[in-house]
Amino acid sequence: MTDTTVTPVEKPRNHWWDVWAQFRTHKGAVAGLGFLVFITLFVTVGPVIWDVDPGKLNIRNKDVRPIYMALLDSNAKVNWANPMGTDNLGRDIMANIMAGGRVSLAVGWTAMILAVFIGTLIGVLAGYFKRLDGLLMRFTDLVLALPLLPLLLVMMLLFRDPLRATFGPENGIFILIVTGIGITSWMQTARIVRGDVMALKEREFVLAARSIGTPARRMITRHLLPNVLSPIMVSATLGLATAIITESALSFLGLGFPSDFPTWGKILFDSVDRMTAFPERVIWPGLAISLTVLAVNYIGDGLRDALDPRIRGH
Amino acid sequence: MLIYTIRRLLLSIPTLLFIAFVIFMLLELAPGDPMAQMPLTIPPEVKEKMRLALGLGEPWYVRFPLWLKQFFIVEPQYWIDGAFGTNFADGAQRIISFQSRSPVFDTIAQRMPQTLWVVGMSYVVGVLIALPIGIISAYRQYSVFDQAGTFVSMIGFSVPPFFSGVLLIVIFSVQLKWLPSIYDTTHVVTDMDSFVFQLRQMVMPVMVLALQTTAQVSRYMRASMLDNLGQDYVRTARAKGMSESTVVLKHVLRNSMIPVVTVIALGIPSIFGGAIITEQIFKVNGLGQLLIIALQGNDIPMVMTITFLLAVLIVMMNLIADILYGILDPRIRYD
Repeated sequence: MTDTTVTPVEKPRNHWWDVWAQFRTHKGAVAGLGFLVFITLFVTVGPVIWDVDPGKLNIRNKDVRPIYMALLDSNAKVNWANPMGTDNLGRDIMANIMAGGRVSLAVGWTAMILAVFIGTLIGVLAGYFKRLDGLLMRFTDLVLALPLLPLLLVMMLLFRDPLRATFGPENGIFILIVTGIGITSWMQTARIVRGDVMALKEREFVLAARSIGTPARRMITRHLLPNVLSPIMVSATLGLATAIITESALSFLGLGFPSDFPTWGKILFDSVDRMTAFPERVIWPGLAISLTVLAVNYIGDGLRDALDPRIRGH
Repeated sequence: MLIYTIRRLLLSIPTLLFIAFVIFMLLELAPGDPMAQMPLTIPPEVKEKMRLALGLGEPWYVRFPLWLKQFFIVEPQYWIDGAFGTNFADGAQRIISFQSRSPVFDTIAQRMPQTLWVVGMSYVVGVLIALPIGIISAYRQYSVFDQAGTFVSMIGFSVPPFFSGVLLIVIFSVQLKWLPSIYDTTHVVTDMDSFVFQLRQMVMPVMVLALQTTAQVSRYMRASMLDNLGQDYVRTARAKGMSESTVVLKHVLRNSMIPVVTVIALGIPSIFGGAIITEQIFKVNGLGQLLIIALQGNDIPMVMTITFLLAVLIVMMNLIADILYGILDPRIRYD
């Protein structure tokens, strides 16, 4: 694996080309990637096409059922202007799911990137510098022994007001949730990266690089990081899945974003009280969360196989 | 082994102290005010006295050791007094909840049975379902059953409990009207009918939590069985003419259970975390719900104690997993 950005794709035996070829043989992973692309387009490009304000109240047009209900029950209140129906304040559910998905996915990606960054940093430092190893790994063990969900709840509740005052209601909560999830989910990445870096350090190419006087900084960025990219990518997919679930769980417990700011978990939480009469309001956001996480998990599964040189090529 | 256990036990003391300190400082640094709910008409000097009465007047380096003393010395004393009728505690100050003004541990003791019933049952059920699935999946690798098992466990990983729980309620309570959607904790089992009612109301919360356990444990069981099925001793056993069931269920299963047992032990704390959400869905008034209420009411002693108890559980289960691993696998030597 050399510099991936410069190497032209047309070159016959490119590493990433092999990975992609192996990845494509995993049907679940390809389907997962397809769904992730679809849902990303749905929440980003969707609002451009479906040009309805998710927060717009229309009390005369409340409690509209989704359009497919007309097939089951001819008296159901449906209309084509709201294909997925409206909620108890007349807000369009499809527009809300798009807006909510944008926030959920944004939180998931940002928190995952933060967690992977912290995890890689700590893992590389602990694996490369012997002096830091004991200290950093004891610290990782301590964080792993913390009850994370309760602590996350405590953080949400206690720090929301000052952050809202400083960064505004939406940005403040966004920063809080992303930081909270990020600093509570980096430990697995750190452990994996540390193990791999320690194994790589004993290899000859590292010895060769050291013998020509490569400084530690260049050693890490040029020789070690590219070689631990595979486990980092796999744990990144796992991190994305957990981050999306954690954000939804926080919203579901009523400790996430403010109430007029939809996320998938929030829409689900708001609909639970009326799920007897309107089960679809619970099912759509729940399906969106579950399918996205399922897709990401399958992508992770496919990536793990594709990046493993022992499996690739068979 | 004994020396290792003692060393680990001693090592867990600073770990727990550190965790207690982290939780305490997080609550301390947080700007939330336990007096925020009080009416604004209370004059400031009265408010100050109330603050002192809650024990908030002292700085943190006085209150943190005090909390430690109450948690580790006073509360066990009260517990012993209650159990044996002695008088060790001698009226010492207990950890008092800000909200209910009653000792935190009394409330926890009231809430514990509900959580233990639901969580414990779900874990047992989950493991009991997961083990056969894992064994068959590995024995018939890449069969239809294995593919289905993989898919089900993928779903278990992906569907969050707040959706699977709600979905179950929609299907079984709303549409089919088979099961009650709310868990009635005041229900007492006296005869057959009430026992059946108890079972019916436990089915859904238990299944929601069990799905997650099953997903995780069956994956580990399958991987561990696959590791062992390829070993030489399996071939030897077969070559000796042993029946297939003896080979798989005695030789392979016993060896495969070693890592799985530790995984089962390590999973116990996380299922309590999952119980926080499940209790919220099915309205079980257990520990998780207590934690949420305490959080919303800025009830610092309650939050601190419950969170710390969970941390103790995690540390203890890590320890038990390591020791079990050493006992079950004679190749592992810690000393």
